Amino acid sequence: MAIIETKNLTYTYPGASKPSISDVSIKVEKGEFVLITGPSGCGKTTLCRTFNGLVPHFYQGELKGEISVAGIDTLKHHTYEMAKHVGLVFQNPENQLFALSIEKDVAFGLENVGVSREEMRRKVDWALNQTGIFDIRERSPHEISGGQQQRVAIAAVLAMEPEVIVLDEPTSFLDPLSAEKIFEVIYKLNKEQGITVILVEHRLDLTAKYTNHLIVMDEGKIRFEGDPRQILGNEETRLIGVGIPKATLLYQILKKEGLNLPDKTPLSSEELADQLLEAIKLQ
Amino acid sequence: MSVFDGLRFRKVSSPIHNLDPRIKFVYVIGIFVVAILFYQIIPLLILFFMQIPFVLLARVQRQWLRSLRGAAFLAIFIFVVNAGTTYFTSGYNLTAPNIENAAAMTLRFVVLVESFSVFFLTTSPDHLGLALEESRVPYEFAFAFTTAVRFVPVLAEEAQTIMDAQKARGLELEKGNLLKRIRNYVPVLIPLIVSAIRRSLELAEAMESRAWGATKKRTNLYLLTFRKGDYALLMITIAILTISVYIRFFGSAVPTITSFL
Amino acid sequence: MIEVQDIRYSYPNKVEALKGVSIKIEDGEFVAIMGQNGAGKSTLVKHFNGLLKPSQGKVLIDGVETTKSSVAALARNVGFVFQNPDHQLFSESVEEEIAFALKNFGFKPEIIEDRVTWALNLLSLTKYRKTSPFLLSGGERKRVALASVLAWNPSTLILDEPTIGQDHEQKEKLRQFIIQMQTQKKTVVTVTHDVEFVAECNPRVILMKEGKIVADGEGKEILTDPALLELSSIVLPQIAQIFSKLASLGFPKDVIDIYEAKAIILKVMEEC
Repeated sequence: MAIIETKNLTYTYPGASKPSISDVSIKVEKGEFVLITGPSGCGKTTLCRTFNGLVPHFYQGELKGEISVAGIDTLKHHTYEMAKHVGLVFQNPENQLFALSIEKDVAFGLENVGVSREEMRRKVDWALNQTGIFDIRERSPHEISGGQQQRVAIAAVLAMEPEVIVLDEPTSFLDPLSAEKIFEVIYKLNKEQGITVILVEHRLDLTAKYTNHLIVMDEGKIRFEGDPRQILGNEETRLIGVGIPKATLLYQILKKEGLNLPDKTPLSSEELADQLLEAIKLQ
Repeated sequence: MSVFDGLRFRKVSSPIHNLDPRIKFVYVIGIFVVAILFYQIIPLLILFFMQIPFVLLARVQRQWLRSLRGAAFLAIFIFVVNAGTTYFTSGYNLTAPNIENAAAMTLRFVVLVESFSVFFLTTSPDHLGLALEESRVPYEFAFAFTTAVRFVPVLAEEAQTIMDAQKARGLELEKGNLLKRIRNYVPVLIPLIVSAIRRSLELAEAMESRAWGATKKRTNLYLLTFRKGDYALLMITIAILTISVYIRFFGSAVPTITSFL
Repeated sequence: MIEVQDIRYSYPNKVEALKGVSIKIEDGEFVAIMGQNGAGKSTLVKHFNGLLKPSQGKVLIDGVETTKSSVAALARNVGFVFQNPDHQLFSESVEEEIAFALKNFGFKPEIIEDRVTWALNLLSLTKYRKTSPFLLSGGERKRVALASVLAWNPSTLILDEPTIGQDHEQKEKLRQFIIQMQTQKKTVVTVTHDVEFVAECNPRVILMKEGKIVADGEGKEILTDPALLELSSIVLPQIAQIFSKLASLGFPKDVIDIYEAKAIILKVMEEC
């Protein structure tokens, strides 16, 4: 069964002249690693917020169409009910941590729901370990790096044991190395815990290799959805303004020049390097 | 600023730091009550010196002295006003008892500053927040408190960045008369306020996404428990209060220093 | 010209952020200052317009020591665009925002009018002239902040992390913009950790670590040196990653440009 399903979802922020998303119909299966990308203003941020009800409950306005997340109709349920099933990690690490110590922050959601102290302790420790921040659990959020802060945010969401974790450009403020570490954590959660991941990102060179389900949005609509190799190999995707990974671009350029490379579009530098090695060995 | 320095928390571990903040607060209120009960200088002197072992145990002497120094200005003011009024109202007489009274009033103020200073110097914001959470105060207030403390360094940094950014556009904050200088701060205040509003919005989104408001019966990861030291302090406080009330209302008159002269 | 002579700098909280840094940036150069968070990059560039004054050593802008000049006077020639435009925007209209610095620097009203129009045009903001900057999108606000600095035509431009939060097209426009600045003989200094962006521009790269400079030279050479990158926790650009894996076949290691990569690969294939 699909863990997220939307039909003709359309939403306009109050006071806006046109909708931020229109006619969005997607289906996400349990355990998928979905990557959503598109130029600025394409509606991906708005779409993320429909998954846990922030749109429309927090932002007001009317959400048209149908949406079901973990079997729940978000239109008919409070955001705090959705919080047990969908975790949302935001772009700015600083503005999603409010407690004075990291482990208290990770416990925040569980405290809100009224979980017992013993169970809370277990879940908090587990989340801290999964994200590799157990050792710094007593530090305050201001003394740690941006990359560590984002891991706290992920742990805080993970502690609620949601079926889906949505991350809206979580590495915008981070340097490439910290960004890579975050993606590794997310990928591990997807592979080992079976958590469905929805990642919104521009940095396709770092993330394209993780996904089996790519969604490209533009001006509020879904333009392409499906196999990343096929979509990123398509010239039109580049023309919308999506940042195709350099490895993929180089592959396309070489193929155009007649180079005998396999038909599988590479998504990472490793893949292209392997393909080139093979091709050269054959010569 | 030195007064505030004396109130800021220092991350040191000591038996005083580890005491339950609620009991510490009860103690501070107890001292407050006793200070109000007596207007004679000898009990107030006893009260003053009684704090010192706590200060030493907590190893916050330097900061504590700084807070006293900060309070010195107000203390002198209180002394002068007290001595002055008795001087003028008693027909230009500056008698020893009057001076002693003025000194006592001053000391009462100092004792209050002193005990609050020890409290804030030895209680971390985390502990304070926790105490608030576990008391009958509605959770929203405790949350507002801890969030405010959490963001103070962030806002301070941001204010500095904004000032730098505007200075880099030729804004000269120090130039001009008072009116011009106030207007100069508009390009600093507006971004600060807008940023604060934007930040609150993002925080609210994050809070909602983590089940804020799911139930009124919120639980807590931490639990403040009373330990031996807390009970000891509680006993001390009750003892002090009892003795003081007894002496004040049922005992013989308290001697004054002038009576010894 | 920017001259930094063996400077040290410690913040009020006693942390020493710069531990003996010396560099020279000639007029018209394009320099990228890179390094991990906390390496001292922002601290260093804040010395270029006098926001920070060194605890030891000297910083000379066009021969004048920064300690002998006010920030406003230095800013006249060194424009600093901060990372977050929301730290600068405060006016009721984009027009007023761009005029702010011009008024501070004492430009005459007619000239201010001209400069505002020119800056609006340069960054395609003319249609937003009377709009409140707070109503614009993130990318548009960044352009307003940039326009407000360009308006007074400083000879040096400092860009602090200009690519954060930008999508592919916006980064491409930024790259074109920097090229345009270079044709106007402006000195451009950018603080960034965006390796791919730097790889596309191929500027002079100054690599910092823990308050010191660990490398200063051609982008190509520095960004493809695995030892240096390991030292300063920076990632290899994608093209260089590909070539490092082909090193065993005798491919050159210092390739960061995609078209150079294509040429080399095709040549090798032909020779096989």
